[in-house]
Amino acid sequence: MCLAVPGKVTRIDGERAEVDIGGIRREASLELVSDQGVKIGDYVLIHTGYAITKLDEAEAEEILKAWKDVARAELEG
Amino acid sequence: MFSAYRDRNLVRKTAERIAEAANGEPLRIMHVCGTHEWAITHNGLRELLPENVQVVAGPGCPVCVTPGGEIDALCLLAQERGVVITTFGDVLRVPGRKGSLAEAKASGADVRVVYGISDAVRMARQETGREFVHFAIGFETTAPTTAVEVIKGPPGNFSVFTSHKLIPPAMEHLLKSGARIDGFICPGHVSTIIGADAYRGLASRYAKPMAVAGFEPLDIMLAILNIALQRKRGVAEVYNEYARAVRGPGNKVALLAMEKAFQVSDADWRGIGTIRGSGLVLRGECSKYDAAARYGIAAVGGGSMPEGCSCGDVLLGTLRPEECPLFGRGCTPERPVGPCMVSIEGTCAIAFKYSDLRIRSRRP
Ligand code: SF4
Repeated sequence: MCLAVPGKVTRIDGERAEVDIGGIRREASLELVSDQGVKIGDYVLIHTGYAITKLDEAEAEEILKAWKDVARAELEG
Repeated sequence: MFSAYRDRNLVRKTAERIAEAANGEPLRIMHVCGTHEWAITHNGLRELLPENVQVVAGPGCPVCVTPGGEIDALCLLAQERGVVITTFGDVLRVPGRKGSLAEAKASGADVRVVYGISDAVRMARQETGREFVHFAIGFETTAPTTAVEVIKGPPGNFSVFTSHKLIPPAMEHLLKSGARIDGFICPGHVSTIIGADAYRGLASRYAKPMAVAGFEPLDIMLAILNIALQRKRGVAEVYNEYARAVRGPGNKVALLAMEKAFQVSDADWRGIGTIRGSGLVLRGECSKYDAAARYGIAAVGGGSMPEGCSCGDVLLGTLRPEECPLFGRGCTPERPVGPCMVSIEGTCAIAFKYSDLRIRSRRP
């Protein structure tokens, strides 16, 4: 029900987008992310046919890197 | 894309750090999201945690907390007034007090599964001779989709029975009731809408550390580690581990749509009872699409669980599904007794799926 899956935007036509979810193409509405500047190639989270947020790749890598450093320091220390 | 969040090595290292941070003291963390329960069970994360660190599932499955009386009312609407009911797939088999929507469908009622509310509106637009009622279930993740559709103005033969529920009031209800919870893993998808900031008041008022988490194994382990570290330092903040999807203030467009379409109301949570300010009803211009008013469906209640079912305790995190006497015996996903065994996000259904797999994989 609250399931949301990441999809890559492959086409945008006004408020509708085509997204690639693990190889499957689906339609999704961009109405709820109209202020997030979604472009072709971006990842969005899709819930019941609506993109609910844009996924930020840079943010993902940053947190991961920080935690990898912590884990490593912990191991070496 | 985010495959590093599945790095087993890192997950194990994080588990070691959790053990250090929790320092042998009991730490009981609750999550309130069916997808978190799925991820935790699917990835066997509980087995990686030290014995003193417990992660329990709270009322995170919207289908499970939908009152049986609402299901009864919609069955009746379909059977006696010939209205088409549209809803999400895992709602169909949830038992009301007198049966399920799947049973109503089998006996000839027009009950249709839709992927999202826009499909339901499309059907109503195509079949102008029929009346459609969309059974709108879901937390803050789903409520904005209902909001945008009613704001856009669906056709006159379409209305919505709203059963949307809000998560922070439910968390507060549990904290107030004195449930033993040392911290919360906040639901990732709900938080994309309401934002990480939405929990700050709760965290500080009740002095409970919280962390918004994503759904990969490492996401959840990092959230647990952060909660353990917060406790060790004696602070109660909201850490946003899922920053790749969740911003502090949330999704403004979605929040505005919700504000325009809904007003907050009290709501019945099946197995828990009435929680103040935890529901949404259509307001203003949008209230003309309110199915409850249109068809005179009164406050239906029916918040109790089916006879013999312990879903109420499972929802509060005080009972593991395996501890219910019916689990796997009288109650299975094929023949569910309670809603927690029906929905794919139900704690019992998830536990059954994986205990079943474990048993099967042991067979020669
Ligand atoms: S196992 Fe079945 S009867 Fe027992 S709590 Fe879960 S859903 Fe209810």
